[in-house]
Amino acid sequence: MSRLNSTRELEHLREQLREQRRNITTTVMVCGGTGCQASRSQTVIDAVRDELSRQGLDTKVRLCVTGCHGFCEQGPVIIIEPGNIFYCHVTPEDAFEIVYQTVMRGEVIERLLYTDPVSGEKIKTESEIPFYRAQDRQILSQNLMVDPCSIEDYIVGGGYSALTRALNGMAPDKIIKEIKASGLRGRGGGGFPTGHKWSECKEAPGDEKYVICNADEGDPGAYMDRCVLEGNPHLILEGMMIGAWAVGSRKGYIYVRNEYPLAVEHSRIAVKQARELGLLGDNILGSSFSFDVDIARGGGAFVCGESTALMASVEGKVGEPRAKDVHTVIDGLYHKPTVLNNVETWANIPGIILKGSSWFTSKGTRGSKGTKILALTGHIKNTGLVEVAMGMPIHQVVFDIGGGAVNGNPIKAVQIGGPSGGCLPLDKFDLPIDFDVLSEAGSMVGSGGMVVMDGRTCMVDVAKYFLTFLQDESCGKCVPCRLGIDRMLEIITEITEGRGKPEQLDLLEELADTVSQTALCGLGKTAPNPVLTTLRYFRAEYEAHINEKKCPAGVCKALITYWIDPDKCTGCGVCVQGCVYEAITGGKKQVHVIDTQLCQKCGICQSECKFDAVQTVWKERHQDVAICQS
Amino acid sequence: MPPQTLEQIMGGRRSQPNQLIEVLQDIQKTYGYISKEAMQAVSQGLGVPLIEAYGVASFYKAFRLKPSGKNVLTMCMGTACHVRGARLLLDQATGQLGVKPGEMTTDGLFTIEHVNCMGACALGPIVKENGSYHNHMSPAKLRKLIETLRHKKTEDNQNVQTQ
Repeated sequence: MSRLNSTRELEHLREQLREQRRNITTTVMVCGGTGCQASRSQTVIDAVRDELSRQGLDTKVRLCVTGCHGFCEQGPVIIIEPGNIFYCHVTPEDAFEIVYQTVMRGEVIERLLYTDPVSGEKIKTESEIPFYRAQDRQILSQNLMVDPCSIEDYIVGGGYSALTRALNGMAPDKIIKEIKASGLRGRGGGGFPTGHKWSECKEAPGDEKYVICNADEGDPGAYMDRCVLEGNPHLILEGMMIGAWAVGSRKGYIYVRNEYPLAVEHSRIAVKQARELGLLGDNILGSSFSFDVDIARGGGAFVCGESTALMASVEGKVGEPRAKDVHTVIDGLYHKPTVLNNVETWANIPGIILKGSSWFTSKGTRGSKGTKILALTGHIKNTGLVEVAMGMPIHQVVFDIGGGAVNGNPIKAVQIGGPSGGCLPLDKFDLPIDFDVLSEAGSMVGSGGMVVMDGRTCMVDVAKYFLTFLQDESCGKCVPCRLGIDRMLEIITEITEGRGKPEQLDLLEELADTVSQTALCGLGKTAPNPVLTTLRYFRAEYEAHINEKKCPAGVCKALITYWIDPDKCTGCGVCVQGCVYEAITGGKKQVHVIDTQLCQKCGICQSECKFDAVQTVWKERHQDVAICQS
Repeated sequence: MPPQTLEQIMGGRRSQPNQLIEVLQDIQKTYGYISKEAMQAVSQGLGVPLIEAYGVASFYKAFRLKPSGKNVLTMCMGTACHVRGARLLLDQATGQLGVKPGEMTTDGLFTIEHVNCMGACALGPIVKENGSYHNHMSPAKLRKLIETLRHKKTEDNQNVQTQ
């Protein structure tokens, strides 16, 4: 395709492409996102493609390899339009039937339909599935329409119309006014008003300015940025172009984690395609606006999600944050005014420009507008990416969309916002997904990671997990973070090992308070949140570890031993094979025994026993054991 | 993609210190790790002091300064994988292979690594074997995977040791 020199040429191309596709009667959308690829979706894609060409349907049926649909648990996933038919757990062997029955004859294959885990009913279409039904998928639904490697798909679907609207008749000030009016707040964690950021950057002195897309999604348990960048990279580019036009920038960067190889690849392809069409480069669509984007890969450092550390990393330096007495909108990348927004924030921009700020403000709460993508994972039936209007209560997300507890263990908490967020107990599940409300409760929306935890989770262990993570990820530049996290982890480790003292809980709170007030950057300031929220809502668990030397959930290794229940053991030998420390003995069909001297308490035997014979027992002083979990 | 030479990787990036991380990423992708010689060449080529190049390479977790085994097993330690037992997998791999994370087995066949999140949280626990993802892993599945890789590579094993 040749370079487009005006808005009219873009519109002409759009019409042409639509005309070319007029003969297409059916579209088969196969998810090619990271999640479904892990479930071998590439083999399904190849099989469907072969089958379509065997049946001579290549020209009439469009096979669209899309980005993530969000319901990774059910992958590989296929949706067939028209009809919105949803097939899950598809294998290459199903390709013939899918093409022969569904594509050619419109018949539904019962076997491949989704079964609702709550009602047990088979569900035919995507829109009827409870997981999708309660959602408001403004951004995620666009993933279904496009092949991320095809700019044509994006253009056919109306892509880059927001850019043309911005360039033809929306002065930078008008755009900023619209973004401010929309109330859009940063989706990466901070929740800072995007319009204000842009306005400050625009007003900042200097001709050279930068816009950056933060795709360094280091928060363990969140993956919406991967999904959006990998599934619809042109949407992000379009958002960045509008941002660059508004603040007066000629150069942008997408800073993406190298752990997301598909996102790196797809964004590179998108940039190349946009350059070829003249949507990036000099005088975009014949206007006075010139802008280009480069991809910068991260190096696996969580702290680089912080704005100043990220900018140091883009410059090729060690990713250490600096004090933000002068904000990055004035002194950012290469000491120039810089706007840094998260992937999901950029993804919202084209929609706001096209449909107006009033459309955006029609969703959400007073202080939190629009929708938010949440990564719903952990001990629930339906895991995946969920996009809901801000303000939806947590319980609706967990129970209506997530389908509630899996394996019958009651849910006890949800961890929201990753290492900077906090754990909320069941009785706080009526709180809405709202920046300010969750902050007040000690947690935060953060990047939107929602890890649901059931009774098998020890909350002290969760706090320890996050502190271990943060201690490892602290860059070490400032003392409060470097030493404070270390000392907190030391105390929590003592508690989980049964050496804790009651007065340590006060010390822990004091330390947490000091770190949050004095650390240099966001990582340190929010690091105590997991500790503070677990102390606030699950203090009884801490006290059980300290006073009774018991881990109520049976997780903390130093406080438990493993024991094989002779009444349940069938002598199958699975645990003997599984034990890498050779701590289990017993012949075939004889009751097996764990040698507690050799046992390293890894728990592998328990996870592998099909007869529930390996039990966790509390370590008691006088050798007598009590089963703590049956 | 055919493996790039150091020259090709550096091509078009010389005297651009801001390309340091990109260049190191490409070197690691091609050679599996960043050798002392490669680091010196990068330092010279980009005009970055060697100490700074080393500082960056050792700061970011993604970079390995020692050769990796023929098979790199990467365990995801993200929150979602953690609550579904990722720790068991790390114990399984380290126990079975007798090495710690970041180390290579003496036969040069395996390196175990762990990362904070691979972004496939709904399918946890996740283990990445070289380029391919394995979802819903259990210690038993991992044990079999390691055994399969060990036997599959018996011939290659000879090559690794003679290299």
